[in-house]
Amino acid sequence: MTSIGTGYDLSASTYSPDGRIFQVEYANKAVENSGTAIGLRVKDGIVLAVEKIVHSKLLVPDANRRIQSVDRHIGLATAGFLADGRHLANRARDDSSNYRDTYRQPPPLKEVISRLSMYVQAYTLYSSVRPFGVSTIVGGVDVNGPQLYIIEPSGISYGYHGAAIGKGRQLAKTEIEKLKLSELSTREAVTEAARIIYLVHDDAKEKEFELEMTWIGDETNGLHVPVPKDLLADAEQKAKAALENFD
Amino acid sequence: MDHFPLSWGRPRNDALDAFNTYPMHKRPTHHDTFADGVQRTQQPIVTGTSVLAIKYKDGIMMAADTLASYGSLARFKSIQRLHTVGSSTVLGASGDLSDFQYIQSLMEDLIIEEHTAGDHHELGPAEIHEYLAQVLYSRRTKMDPLWNSLVVGGRKDSKNFLAYVDLLGTTYSSSSIATGYGAYIAVPLLRNAVDGRENTLTEEEARKIIVDCMRVLFYRDARSLNKFQISTVTDAGVTISEPIQLETTWSFAEGIRGYGAQTQ
Repeated sequence: MTSIGTGYDLSASTYSPDGRIFQVEYANKAVENSGTAIGLRVKDGIVLAVEKIVHSKLLVPDANRRIQSVDRHIGLATAGFLADGRHLANRARDDSSNYRDTYRQPPPLKEVISRLSMYVQAYTLYSSVRPFGVSTIVGGVDVNGPQLYIIEPSGISYGYHGAAIGKGRQLAKTEIEKLKLSELSTREAVTEAARIIYLVHDDAKEKEFELEMTWIGDETNGLHVPVPKDLLADAEQKAKAALENFD
Repeated sequence: MDHFPLSWGRPRNDALDAFNTYPMHKRPTHHDTFADGVQRTQQPIVTGTSVLAIKYKDGIMMAADTLASYGSLARFKSIQRLHTVGSSTVLGASGDLSDFQYIQSLMEDLIIEEHTAGDHHELGPAEIHEYLAQVLYSRRTKMDPLWNSLVVGGRKDSKNFLAYVDLLGTTYSSSSIATGYGAYIAVPLLRNAVDGRENTLTEEEARKIIVDCMRVLFYRDARSLNKFQISTVTDAGVTISEPIQLETTWSFAEGIRGYGAQTQ
């Protein structure tokens, strides 16, 4: 860490001499420590999946969800600080409902992303605030079809066919690259997403995790909803089986 | 128009009277300069007439014609006045249709807010009705009412729900409800047909009752139309039919004497 002790990492409003903002890079570190989250953009929809690390056996199952709804047709998965993720989701909901009040139609994903990323970016400008400690995968189906974006702590956002953030993102990305995303259905993508999350999970470090999965597509009438229990259980079973063959 | 500059409001300095119009102790106290420019809704403009609704064995049935009147002018003849809210509620409106469109957007926001909560709970007809009652009552209390009579019907957890709320925030619940002109003409017919039979009426029988009442209303109500929609809410969900054309007969008009131009 060459940044430590130089004094250039004390605030997000100061550049280092070689043009970096260390507070933003530290925020990325917070994301890298988090359980993996992936998003797949396929033929007829979006699948979001999260490896939610369960740090205590005393926690209620399904508590502390990391995938949230922004609007009927938009879902948001975060990696990093859970509380920051919740705040960002609330902000996205406000943006979305603002758009609705102005234009009386569902917001295109591009619009929500542009507003939300401007908000995230604003937190990289001032010494009085810290940048968000989350990367966000936002997926949805709008008038232009399925859309998938990542917003990083710097406020930058890109559209993707497949997205992965958090601890296991490298392995997850190489796995997603092997898929023929444009030919998959959302139902098939659910199985693939479950398999990838199980694959990237590091048993040696954290034993317990929950697979959290939502989808948006023709099968859900364009609504962002959790994957049905039976389908989720089926996908998990296939994922475990695939993992045994992999080993 | 108030021509005294002093009454136009004092943006800068309350202690200074630049025009020396009054001795300081006699200056008029401040009042809202633009109050005359603000008007609340004092009458509905584009309106819909009656909404009918009844309970039956499997759920509730609601009907409204597709006319939006501008005074006595039949201005828009293909307007939907039945609106689905969530998955187990239908909302029917008579009265001002721009206010109804505003209420529709309120419902949209409400349902989305509940969806994004992600707690797997959904608002049923009872909750929707309560919400609307609070909104309409608070608006009338601000002397700025939403000029509607609303009927909220639905079925959730195998329980039928049917209730009314109007621009004053008045609510009541009944096994048959009619708004507007229908409250005078259709209510006796509906009560006669439905009361005590809420749990035995079939969908077919319910449909006949509704259609018969819509026909009577078309004959008697000068702001009605012979084109209407029927909505049902059952365990299977909400349906709103395509517009239905009423069958009417006018041959009896030939025999009427005493009105209009007649030779004998």
